[in-house]
Amino acid sequence: MKNKIFVLICFVLGIGCASCDTDNYEAPQSKLEGRIVYNGEPIHLGYNEVNMQLWEPGWQLRAPIDVAVDQDGSYSAVLFNATYKLNIRSAQGPFRSIQNSTTQSDTIMVDLKGNQVLDIEVMPYYMIRNTQIASSARDITANFKLERIITDANAKNVERVSLYINKTTFVDRGNNIASKDLSGANIIDLNSINLSATVPAITPAQNYVFARVGVKIAGVEDMLYSAIQKIQL
Amino acid sequence: MKKYIYIFLTGLLVSSSSCNDEEFLNKKPTNILLDEDVWTSPNLVLSVLSNLYMRFPDFQSIEGWANYTEFDEAFASNAGDYGRHRNTDYGYGNWGLWDYGYIREINLFIQKCTAATALNSTVRDRFLAEARFIRAGIYFEHVKRMGGVPLITEPLTYDLSGDPSYLRHPRAKEHEVYDFVIKELEEIKATLPNELGSKSRATKGAALAMQARAALYAASIAKYGASTPEVSLPGGQVGIPANMAIGYYQTALKAAQEVMTLGYGLYMNKPDLGENFASIFYEKANNPEAIWVEDFALAGGRPHGFTIENQPRYQAEEQQGGRINPTLNLVQEFEKLDNTFAPLPINDASGNPILYSNPTDLFAGRDARLWGTVILPGTQFKNKEVDIWAGYMRPNGSIITSNNIGGRADVNGDGVTEQVVGFSGPIDGLEWTAQTGFYIRKYLDPDPGSGTIGTRSDVWWIRYRYAEVLLNAAEAAFELGQPDVAANYMNQVRARAGLTKPLTTADITFDRIVHERKVELAFEGHQLFDMKRWRLAHVVWNGSRMTVADLNANIGKAEKASTMPFGVWPYRYLTNPADPTKYDWVFRVVIPNPATNPDRFRLGNYYSQISDAIISNNPLLVRQPNQ
Repeated sequence: MKNKIFVLICFVLGIGCASCDTDNYEAPQSKLEGRIVYNGEPIHLGYNEVNMQLWEPGWQLRAPIDVAVDQDGSYSAVLFNATYKLNIRSAQGPFRSIQNSTTQSDTIMVDLKGNQVLDIEVMPYYMIRNTQIASSARDITANFKLERIITDANAKNVERVSLYINKTTFVDRGNNIASKDLSGANIIDLNSINLSATVPAITPAQNYVFARVGVKIAGVEDMLYSAIQKIQL
Repeated sequence: MKKYIYIFLTGLLVSSSSCNDEEFLNKKPTNILLDEDVWTSPNLVLSVLSNLYMRFPDFQSIEGWANYTEFDEAFASNAGDYGRHRNTDYGYGNWGLWDYGYIREINLFIQKCTAATALNSTVRDRFLAEARFIRAGIYFEHVKRMGGVPLITEPLTYDLSGDPSYLRHPRAKEHEVYDFVIKELEEIKATLPNELGSKSRATKGAALAMQARAALYAASIAKYGASTPEVSLPGGQVGIPANMAIGYYQTALKAAQEVMTLGYGLYMNKPDLGENFASIFYEKANNPEAIWVEDFALAGGRPHGFTIENQPRYQAEEQQGGRINPTLNLVQEFEKLDNTFAPLPINDASGNPILYSNPTDLFAGRDARLWGTVILPGTQFKNKEVDIWAGYMRPNGSIITSNNIGGRADVNGDGVTEQVVGFSGPIDGLEWTAQTGFYIRKYLDPDPGSGTIGTRSDVWWIRYRYAEVLLNAAEAAFELGQPDVAANYMNQVRARAGLTKPLTTADITFDRIVHERKVELAFEGHQLFDMKRWRLAHVVWNGSRMTVADLNANIGKAEKASTMPFGVWPYRYLTNPADPTKYDWVFRVVIPNPATNPDRFRLGNYYSQISDAIISNNPLLVRQPNQ
């Protein structure tokens, strides 16, 4: 009996000792962060719709590090110090890439030595301006202007504009409790677009919602949004 | 003294056993068959071939029920699969395929069979044609999921030189793979026998049916790919030039019309049209419709568990079932007998529920295929009530129900409890109940014992059937500007479903073509690949949340968005609580609680990801677009 207990203790001790060893790699320390911007203004996006890829050249096996872009156009990644190639794939986002002067392509070289803030300038098809969202009782109305940024041969039409309302701060076409669409053909004046929707009953009750407007551009996968606003009911 | 004897004996033993190395090392193994044994016996060759047949992959099939619930055809009523309705995006690697091990073995078979002079040449030619049929099929599977893949038609061998880079092959163009498939099938069709009764081996009909489908896929990618220029690669590994569409449509129409001359026909053996439609999938005798199937057998054969997994929960033969719940989205697509589309009449114009005396009355006057595809509330399976109803509803809208299947509660306040919910549910969030109000009927086996683990089911999995050939021909003819020809083929399929008012030439539109495939071929593994080749997937599964108004709009339209699984729940309507014999049925549209997020098919999902590991091994492979 005593012998058994001794063996058991040795066994547990053995496991304990063997598992104490720390990882032999340091965790990455350097933070790369920034926003996707047009003339310094952030471009707001849907939740988990747009992502970028970081490639670190020089390794035998190649795999990208995916970097998701948040709803307010910001991104961040904690990385090892190295030189990375940052790339937004061509069909991602409601914008076009601007040619990088160093690489002569849409790839941006990032030489990471410690924390770095890097805003990425892009060329959006449209920008949402002067967004005003207000409530009257449970009706939410939004008024905004749509400015056409790309006007050359690459210009694209508006498929629809939408107002989205949600009870949490995730607000987009996939995350909403109420929405209102207006198809592009029915927009009379791009300078003043009005949308309104009614907030349905929310359980558990809350006296505020989050809202924003979005634009679906014909032939572009990801939508462009305005900033999320908290609306008191 | 003894010691010396042992030493002497040991020496003797060693020398005696080591004298004939040659013979000792070349013993014929008793546990494996060698090439020279196999390739002299037609029976053994057939065994090798049947192994190749058995490994043929399908994305959605009766051997993997859960894949049917990936899109909007069905809801997964199984606790471990609710995640399918909670995520938004499809992974880039979903439904991918990269099985060069399998292709190598097919190539080895072809190489060895070609050299097998001991076989009778007629027998050998048939084996070879069958192997080439399987190879064409697996390349078709690859190209429809991955786009252009390396075309390897010889078994590759590594020379152990330390540098395997000569084994790397780049991706072929997407149309080159389709061309290969079409050419191979063209070459072998004459060698394959036209045996209508031989369903699980390659026949002339199977080769032509596959050729028609492959050509149709290539044609529609060429034509509709123009609408999504982002989904292409400059090297042509993904995307087919638009000017090739006409040629492929012509090939598809010609091949499909050739199948029509072989003697296949639509299954029409039963007077009840709904039952007749369901019988196509479980009745193996006298079935002129099935062309190529994966067959299963009971007792010592290969049975499968599709009926166990999906039988109605009430009176199920095991304490499980009911996993696939077809959605209201699909049910509403089944049109009315006057060829028009309409949502189910659940509420009247002022929003009050319409009362029905039987639950099935809600579905009256619709396409008979609905009854053959879906188990509706108020119907029977294996001559047993399915018992799908969600509770009692009072005129003020309040509901009496229970959280257990067949649960009881006091309805009329007399202190006596009665059953307040069906034994098949629906109960929100309770697995295996009919959470959309429906169960699947297609491919369920009505034989006794098919729902037990001890017996299981031998219902076959039909890969190609005659009705699809007709629809393929109809689509090709429509695209070639022959709507009269298309109408003729479509009407044959529709007449069998009880839609006796024929479609006129003017009725044949792209929406009609898309719709007919959706209802005729539901749960047969076509939906994803059809939506991909028409470049409709990102339009239909667009990631936007749906409301009931969205559900009821645009029924029968190709571009109708359908991102969330809806259901319809029947309630007994308590008009007079004092007299419990008087109740009628009312219905309510729901989204099952576990379905929280809309589906979004991204442009990068059109062609499945080639994994980083594969690309690292072979840098000649080009990445898929938009991933």
